[in-house]
Formats: sequence, structure tokens, C-alpha cells
Amino acid sequence: MYNGSKIIIGLIIFLAIATFPFYSNIGKSAGVPMPDTNTPVINGLDKKECVASAEYMKKEHMKVLDEWRDEVVREGKRDVINVGGRVFEKSLQNGCMQCHSNKSRFCDECHSYAGVKPYCWDCHHFKEGRI
Amino acid sequence: MRIDRRKFLQIAGLSGIGLGLSAADGLFKGKALASGAHSLPSSGTRLAFVIDVNKIEGEDGYRRIIEACHKIHNVPNIPNTKHEVKWIWTDSYEHSFPDQPNEFLPEKIKEKPFLLLCNHCDKPPCVRVCPTKATFKNPDGIVVQDPHRCIGCRFCMAACPYGSRSFNWVDPRNYLDMKNINPDFPTRTMGVVEKCTLCPERLARGLEPACAEASNGAIVFGNLADPESEVRKILNTHYTLRRKPEIGTQPSIFYVIGGGENAG
Amino acid sequence: MLDRALKGSKTYWTLVIILLGFISAGSLAYLHQFKNGLGVTGMSRDVSWGFYISQFTFLVGVAASAVMLVIPYYLHNYKKFGRIVILGEFLAIASVTMCMTFIFVDMGQPMRILNVILHPTPNSILFWDAMVLNGYLGLNLVIGWATLHAEKKGTPPPAWSKPLIYLSIPWAVSIHTVTAFLYAGLPGRHFWLTAIMAARFLASAFAGGPALLIILALVLRKYTKFDPGREPIQSVAKIVAYAMVANVFFIILELFTAFYSNIPGHMHAFEFLYAHGNLVPLMWASSVLAVLSLILIIPPKFRENESTLILACISIFISLWIDKGFGLVIGGFVPTPFNTITEYWPTLPETIITLGVWALGFLVLTILYKVAISVREELGTAGPPK
Repeated sequence: MYNGSKIIIGLIIFLAIATFPFYSNIGKSAGVPMPDTNTPVINGLDKKECVASAEYMKKEHMKVLDEWRDEVVREGKRDVINVGGRVFEKSLQNGCMQCHSNKSRFCDECHSYAGVKPYCWDCHHFKEGRI
Repeated sequence: MRIDRRKFLQIAGLSGIGLGLSAADGLFKGKALASGAHSLPSSGTRLAFVIDVNKIEGEDGYRRIIEACHKIHNVPNIPNTKHEVKWIWTDSYEHSFPDQPNEFLPEKIKEKPFLLLCNHCDKPPCVRVCPTKATFKNPDGIVVQDPHRCIGCRFCMAACPYGSRSFNWVDPRNYLDMKNINPDFPTRTMGVVEKCTLCPERLARGLEPACAEASNGAIVFGNLADPESEVRKILNTHYTLRRKPEIGTQPSIFYVIGGGENAG
Repeated sequence: MLDRALKGSKTYWTLVIILLGFISAGSLAYLHQFKNGLGVTGMSRDVSWGFYISQFTFLVGVAASAVMLVIPYYLHNYKKFGRIVILGEFLAIASVTMCMTFIFVDMGQPMRILNVILHPTPNSILFWDAMVLNGYLGLNLVIGWATLHAEKKGTPPPAWSKPLIYLSIPWAVSIHTVTAFLYAGLPGRHFWLTAIMAARFLASAFAGGPALLIILALVLRKYTKFDPGREPIQSVAKIVAYAMVANVFFIILELFTAFYSNIPGHMHAFEFLYAHGNLVPLMWASSVLAVLSLILIIPPKFRENESTLILACISIFISLWIDKGFGLVIGGFVPTPFNTITEYWPTLPETIITLGVWALGFLVLTILYKVAISVREELGTAGPPK
């Protein structure tokens, strides 16, 4: 084979790099994420209702936040969302987190599992158990 | 939707068409130069401040105003002046109005601190240069800075003739007392530009901007487009200064220098 | 053709490894900056652009200067440039690569840089600069590669490349004009607010770029089999001489307006640069080198002697690098909008990143020149023209 040994060495290096994510995570498997809504505010509610269904929010919460952000910051639409008489501010910090006051169990649970690091928290801050 | 003249000119886009139209407009009204005429807004909203420098009581007065703003907006206190972030601050007449030097200025004014902040210009150069629309002008006349959109190119800082913009050279959270920050307002992240926002989150709740509230009447906030507003009333009766008016940015911050004595 | 970059002499590989070393150091320094913020540079609230943007500005000029070879060769059919026109085009590719990298390392939020395309903003000159620079890179890649490929096969360049070549001429002018407009349209910065900015940029570009090209051609002649011959170098030298005269003339125009009008705003930046800032020694070095270079390049006796010519070219390059790659951007920020002085000097990480980006550009240049010269060596056309 023409330059066979060089090709094989190249292939080994390639495989070592390409499979890095797999072997570097061996033994670090995380359990299936179980986001938790157990907070004092939520527990105190008669009717546990968010701005949309849990199913929808699981899939689309990032889009909802993205839209709210543009509406509030760029279009000045600071109107509140009324769900069965309760009002929500279109805000991560002053909306979502008012009920979901358990960032580590509600947000980080899935984000860590999925390996995403949303940069929301670089500016929007939150103290665990603030309410 | 009604399109007013200024909107129409913006939509016309090509500055050639725009200039031609406004020049023609000026001719009919017997004005010489349309581009030089700072016409008063006839409708809508143009938020503005009138700052009466004589009504601010001593150093404490200034500190109270600056702290009111910086505290609720979680503006960090960075000791290295090169990396400083400030939304509202003071400087001397000489530094605030370098285009209007006067070596025979009364001592009183020479030593007087002037409150400086974003001028929320009617024709803001920062908005003109921003490559991502991260900074833009809203219908109320506020020059908005969207930190989510900002790529940190700092073109707006080169464009701002007033030094009103700050860049987060370092992580601002290292210079904030994170235990005592305002929990209702975000901090900023490293690598974005920020400045005075004119407190839209307070305006939405029917409150005045924080600096005006803390000023004991020295800073009057209002709508320039409304002839009955308090800001217009003061402007009608007092001689006021604006920073670098000759470059056509049309700042919305006015300074009453002479105080009550010059009234009427 | 690119495979020719993989076979080379010991000198070639030594150069590649040295450049890779600088690039690695630059990358590490960039990681440091990425993690800790642009506060690791010497920039500040008052001087909010520094080394990166000034290098970018300077290198746009070097990129645009390829047109000084393209015009005589393609428009005036000046055959003697046949051998070096590719050097100009490849220098443009390397320069634009550096320009883009400098913009990237200057961003506070580099991960969001695509916002420029996601939210296109035609009223921003920076948006247009991004567009024309990308276009210019594309044009030179396609043109350079197509013409070299045709040369290798012994055929004339493909017909479709002609319109692209003609397009690249106004395009080259546009990249530097748009870059000048970044500065010349800002109402509060007296030093930059001058209608002659774009003309001055082009003059300095057409002096500095071709001067670098002469240096590169003479280095290539010394270390490789490539020899463009004496005549094209002399023709480029005449271009450099005219452009440098124009550049110095334009600077004198600026000085006259500033100081005869006696308007403080117009004089301040010059006073800072030439009389009482930390850049004074550098700016005077630039002026002295500019005068020296004119003495060495205008009289035919000196210009025609290659050992004085190369001195002239080095002087011009350094002089213009200081003037445009340092003084122009910093001078615009001083005095500040408050009429105060804030000094700027690059920090160590900033300098290492800057060197890394230059090394990246020179690596691109080395590889492209290697390919071009290898192709000609195979064709037997690398040596001096008969």
C-alpha cells in the first residue's frame, strides 16, 4: 500500500478526535431529567396554570422568551398576560421566576442534561428560593 | 396608519430624494436650509429632560441622583476609569460644553458640576452606525440599547459625540455587590455596550425616571411634543443650553444655567 | 494545485512552523481575552478602538492595492506585469483574511457576529464594509485561482474571468472608500470628519501595498527561483512614488486646514499626536521616514538602484503603518468628547493576538505564493524573463 502506515496513523488520530465526546463522558451519565415545579408559590395555587400548557412550554419556552424579549425591549409592548385572573409579566426574571423560584431543579435540570448553556443567566440573575 | 412627514422621508430612504424634498419644503415656507432647521415635533411623543443646575443641592444632591439611577439599574462601580460604566455622572462646564468655551465664565458656573447622560438625540449618530439595529430609536424618542442584540463592535461609542456610552470591558458582576443588587433588574454581560435607558420599566408603571424622582424637582421630565408639558413651559421661559447643538443631533437634554433669576 | 503547498524546501517548512508558532501563541492569548473580556487590552471607555481596528484599516489598504497591478495589466495590456499580478491578487486574499480576523477579535460578543447578516442594516457603514470585504475576498480567490490554473494548463484565462477582473477594479476602490466612510461620517470626531479621508486612504494604500509587494518580490527572488525581472519592479516603484507623494500632499492639506483656520477641534488631534501624547516619537518617526522615502524614491538614480529602492519601500511601509495602523485610529479618539486626553497603548495579550493575526495572514500568503511559484517552476517560467 502506498504510504499505508501514514494513512493508518492518520485514521487513528481522526478516530481518537471524532470519538472524544463519547469516551470523555464515560461514567458521567446523568439520570433522566425531572424538572420540578415544587415551589411555595406554585404549591399555594388552586389551579396550577402557566401561560401555556406544560407540553407546549417544554418544547417552545425558548421561543416564548425570545418573543417576549423582542416585544418588551424593542417594541415597548409591556402588556401583561392574563391567565384566569392571574397576571404574568412578560419577563424571565420578573415573570417565570416569580413562580418557578427553583432554578436548579426547574431550569438547570434539563439544561445540564442536554448540555446547553443559555446565556440568559449572564445578565438575568436569580437567587434560589428568593420568594 | 398615518405616515407623518419625517417617517415618509425615512421611507423614501435615498438621501437624495430626502434632501430634495426637504429643501423644496423649506423653499415654500421661505426657510433657507431645511437640514439646519430644528423643527419642533408637532405630534407624537419626544421625551426629554430639563435640568436646572442651580436646583441641585450640593454634592449630596448629585450623589443622590446618580446613586438612584445606578442602584436600581445595577450599574457596577469599577474603580479603573478605563473600564468604567456610567449611565449618569457629573463633569465641569468646560468638559460638558467644550464647543462653547468662555474664559470669562462666572466662577460659580465654572465650578458647577453638570449632570451628563445619554442625550436621547432626535437624530442619533449611534443609531445610524449600529450594524445590527441593537441600538435604535423608539416612537417615544428614547434611544434604546438592546443588549441582547449587541455584538460589541463599539461603533456606537465612536459615533456618540457625548461619550454617553459604556462598554463592558470586564465582567460587571465582579464589581457589583451581588447580594444587594436590585432583584427586578438584570445586570449586563461582558462585551456589550450600555447606557441610560430613560427607565422604560418605570414609565410603564406610571413612574418618572429614577434620576428625575430623586432630584427634588431639579430634573423635569416630560414630552417635548406637547406644548402644554412642563418641559415646554420651562423652555419657553428660560434660556437653555444643549451639548454640541451645532452637529445636528438635536439632544433631548436641556440645561437651565441661570436658574430662577433669568426667568421670564 | 494546493498539494504543492505540502512539498517544500527546509526554508519553506521552517517559515511555516514559525508562523504556526505565532498563530498558536495568538490563539492562546485570544482564549485569554475571550474568557476575561476586552479589558485585557489597552482600550478604554474613551479610546474604544485600538490596535485591532487600526490594523484592519491599514490592511484594507494593502488588500485594495492589488488594483495597482490589475489596472496596468488587464486594462492597459502592460504585459510585463504578467508575472507579478498574481502576487498582488494573493496578497489581497491574505490581507482580507487578516482584516476579517482583526474585526472578529475586536468583537465583544464574537458568538453573535452573524447578527450583522441576520439583521442587515443598510444605514450602517460597518454592514457595507462586511459586504464589500467578503465580496472582494471572493473575487480575488476566484480570479487568482482561475488565472493560475489556466497558466498551468497553458491556456488563456477562462472567458468568464474577464468581467470579474474588471469588476474587481472598482470593487478594490470601494473597500477602501467604505472603510474611510466608517470614520469620515461621524459628526463628533473632528480628526476623522474630513472629506479627504477616502482619498487619503487610497493614496496611502496605493503607496504602502505596492511597496510591500516590491519587498515581497525581492525576498522571493532571493530565496526562491522566482524572478519577475527588473522592469516590472521599476514600474511598481514609479506607482509607489506617485502615490506616496499624493499621500504626503494630502496630509499637508489636512495640516493647513487645521492650523490656518485655527479651529481648536481641528488642531487638537494633531497636537496630541505630534506634540504631547505618548505617540509623539512614533508619529515623528513616521514623518521622518516619509520624507526619507521620498528622497530615496523620487530621484531616478536612487529608485533604479534596487538596494536604495528596498530601503525606500521599507521606510514607506513602516511610515504608513505607524500613520494609519496606529495614529489614525487613536488620534480620532483624542481628545475625548469631553476635550480631555486618555492615552492608549496596546497590552501584551493584545500585541500577541495582533502578531498572531499577522502570522495567520502571512501563512495564507506563504502557502499561496508557494503554490504560484511551484506551478511556474514546473512550467519553467519562474526564472528571469528572457
